[in-house]
Parts: sequence; C-alpha cells; structure tokens
Amino acid sequence: MTEEMLPVNIAFFAIAAIMVFSAIRVVTTKNVVHAALWLVGVLAGAAAQFILLASEFMAVTQVLVYIGAIVVLFLFGIMLTRAELGKSDDLDNDRPQRLVAGGVAVALALVMGYVLWDAFRAQSFSLVGSTTVQLGQTTGQISDSIFSTYLVPFEALSVLLLAALIGAIVLARRD
Amino acid sequence: MLINQFLFLAAILFCIGVYGVLARKNGVMVLMSIELILNSVNINLVAFAALWGTRAPAVGTEATAATIGPVFALFVIAVAAAEVGVGLALILMLYRNRRSIDIDDLDLMKG
Repeated sequence: MTEEMLPVNIAFFAIAAIMVFSAIRVVTTKNVVHAALWLVGVLAGAAAQFILLASEFMAVTQVLVYIGAIVVLFLFGIMLTRAELGKSDDLDNDRPQRLVAGGVAVALALVMGYVLWDAFRAQSFSLVGSTTVQLGQTTGQISDSIFSTYLVPFEALSVLLLAALIGAIVLARRD
Repeated sequence: MLINQFLFLAAILFCIGVYGVLARKNGVMVLMSIELILNSVNINLVAFAALWGTRAPAVGTEATAATIGPVFALFVIAVAAAEVGVGLALILMLYRNRRSIDIDDLDLMKG
C-alpha cells in the first residue's frame, strides 16, 4: 500500500474537499442564513482535521466554541439586524470590486503556495504508531503547558475576554 | 502525511476568507470571512504541533514543544470569540443608528 493510499490521507482529502466547497459557498451565497450554515461545514471539517492530527482537545474546543457559540452568535446577529431571510442581491460589492478581490485572493494563493512548496515539500510525518502522550497532545499536557509556561498570556487573555464582554454590553445596550 | 497538505488547505481557506472580506459589503458576512481566516491559522498551528510531536516524542507525560501548537490555537480561538462579540455589537449599533449594515455606507470620514 503506497503512502498516498493510507486511510488517513483519503479521509484528509475528502474532508478538505468538503471544507473548500463550504468555504466558497460562505463567501458566494446570496442567503445570509445559508452562509452561517455553510460556515458550520468549514468549522466541523476543521474539527475533523484536528482529530486526524491526533489533537482531540482542539477538536472538542473547536466544536464547543466555534460551532456551539460563535455560529449561534452569528445567527443572533443576522436576526437582530433583520437581514432579508431569502435571497438578497445586496450582500456583495459590485462586479469590478469583486474581480479585484478575486485577483487579490488568487495572487495571495500563488505567493503562499510557492513559499509553502519551496519550504516544506520534503517534510512528511506519520502519526501511525505513536500515542497522544508521545505527541504531547493529551489534555493533561496541554493544561500543564497553559497553567505553567503560558500562565501570564493566559491571564492576559482572560482580561481580554472580560474587556470584550463589557465592551459588547456597553455597545449593544439601549440607553 | 505531508505537512504541506495541511498547510495548502489552510492557505486556500485563508485566501477564500480574504476574498470574502474584500467582496462582501454586508457587515455580518465580513465577520464570517474573518472567522474563515482565523480558523485556517488554527489548522496550521495544530499541523505543526503534530509534525513536532513525531520529530521529538515526549518520554513521560510532561508537556513538550509540540504542546505549544494547541495552546496557541486555543489562544486564537479565544481572541476570535472576543472579536466576534465586539464586532457583532458594533454592527448592531450600526444597524440601530443607520437602519443598514452596508460597509459601503460608512463614509462619514471620507475626505
């Protein structure tokens, strides 16, 4: 069995195809609610990729925070701004600006693709046969890291979240 | 697995997100595209963590260099959550004041 035919690789390409298709639908669909639901496809695909990379903690966090909280927040935002629920032609900029945006995206993809190809083409790894403990990906190891080496950034992050919470309340309340 | 297959996937998602930010004019859609960008960075971080985990396997249960990837990805997720919270509050205030969330209508500071 060749390297390309490994089940993890087949799973990777299947999930990657779903993610890219969903991402394109997020930025092209004419329906706001559909865009939020296609976003779920991308985020769930990312969670599946994290499982392929043996990082269960990140996969669970992705599902809880992104799919559980952020998408619901988006749906509330759509509801509160009374967006048109059906098809709407008012979501995109006019055609010239869309073409420029496409050009920028393609140019960026070419530059990044060249750099990645140049720098990492020879690097491969196989997770088959190694345990999550060896990979340093267990929840215990991650929490050890957060609460010892990265304690100060973690506390700063807590303050950032508190500031964002208070800021959002101040901005959104009626007075 | 090649490290590049994950990096290329993340790069493609990043570029789709950039296209969304530039091509959309609805505020909520721009925020969704920013989520795509932030999410693609997480894929990179976790992929490199897996690469380092196989290069320098941990002996006991202590944290290793490979643990940095998930920790930073966690930080990115938290910052993304904060960004969406404040961003949607801003868009809500915009809607309340102007009855529209078109980014193009925000030209008060245009010279």
